[in-house]
Amino acid sequence: MTTYTATVTVRLKRGVLDPEAETTKRALERLGFDLEALRSADRFEVDLEADSASAATDRADEMAERLLANPTIHDYDVEVSEPE
Amino acid sequence: MTVAVVQFGGSNCDRDAVRALSHLGVNAERVWHEDGLPADADGIVIPGGFSYGDYLRAGAMAAHSPIMGAVRDAADDGVPVLGVCNGAQIGCEAKLTPGAFTTNASARFQCEYVHLRVENADTPWTAAYEAGEVVSVPIAHGEGRFEIDDGRYDDLVDDDRILFRYCDADGAVTDDANPNGSKGNVAGILGERETVAVLMPHPERASLPDLNRSVDGQGILRAFA
Repeated sequence: MTTYTATVTVRLKRGVLDPEAETTKRALERLGFDLEALRSADRFEVDLEADSASAATDRADEMAERLLANPTIHDYDVEVSEPE
Repeated sequence: MTVAVVQFGGSNCDRDAVRALSHLGVNAERVWHEDGLPADADGIVIPGGFSYGDYLRAGAMAAHSPIMGAVRDAADDGVPVLGVCNGAQIGCEAKLTPGAFTTNASARFQCEYVHLRVENADTPWTAAYEAGEVVSVPIAHGEGRFEIDDGRYDDLVDDDRILFRYCDADGAVTDDANPNGSKGNVAGILGERETVAVLMPHPERASLPDLNRSVDGQGILRAFA
């Protein structure tokens, strides 16, 4: 068994309004920054023991499907890294 | 009829729900989620509040608590289930009802009376009203914007599963009358069974003549009577 770190990034689907990101964008513009768009995302770093990277990915995928993301409004991706 | 009002850590409308139901002559009691669902519960309210501090997403944690499995089984047996506000968020997260309630378009918490148009009066939750009737019930939420993909939204419309839409005082469903940016101004929907419903407005806060500006919410709660 190897300890992997699965990084799960959860973001709103394109086209789903993100009022908090819009508010943050306006606040940046008030500070004088020039930007076209801003999107926010949640990132979860999960340390887990698994036989292989693909097994770790599968487990993190299921975590995202069942809890970390809401498939109605979210897309997510999973990246797995081995310890250095 | 004993209605179980399921109390999670962070629920805060459970007592209001019991009091409003009692006012209507419905026997109701609070049930702590860890104690499980009483076998004789023949109605279930998932009340408003901030269960689990809205961690991750409003309703996400409570939706996966063990008692929700029992709530789902009861719902499948035809026991009436009503989710109000945080209870509506929990209901969607638990997939008792489709779609999701997410951050208001205003990005603000909104606490105000709104007008609702009764879309389908042929359900246990709306039988007290006429189709097209306008009722006044308060909202109090930061994450009440109903989102669902176009296909499933069309299915809800086609299947008459939309209970209420936000509207103006005359019953016109407009963007100005939409307090949170909900798709189609949707304020409440049915699950796959008409005995399961979720809504963001608070009927229990519009039920007591001595306390509430409106008693229009009584009709919704009469589903349990």
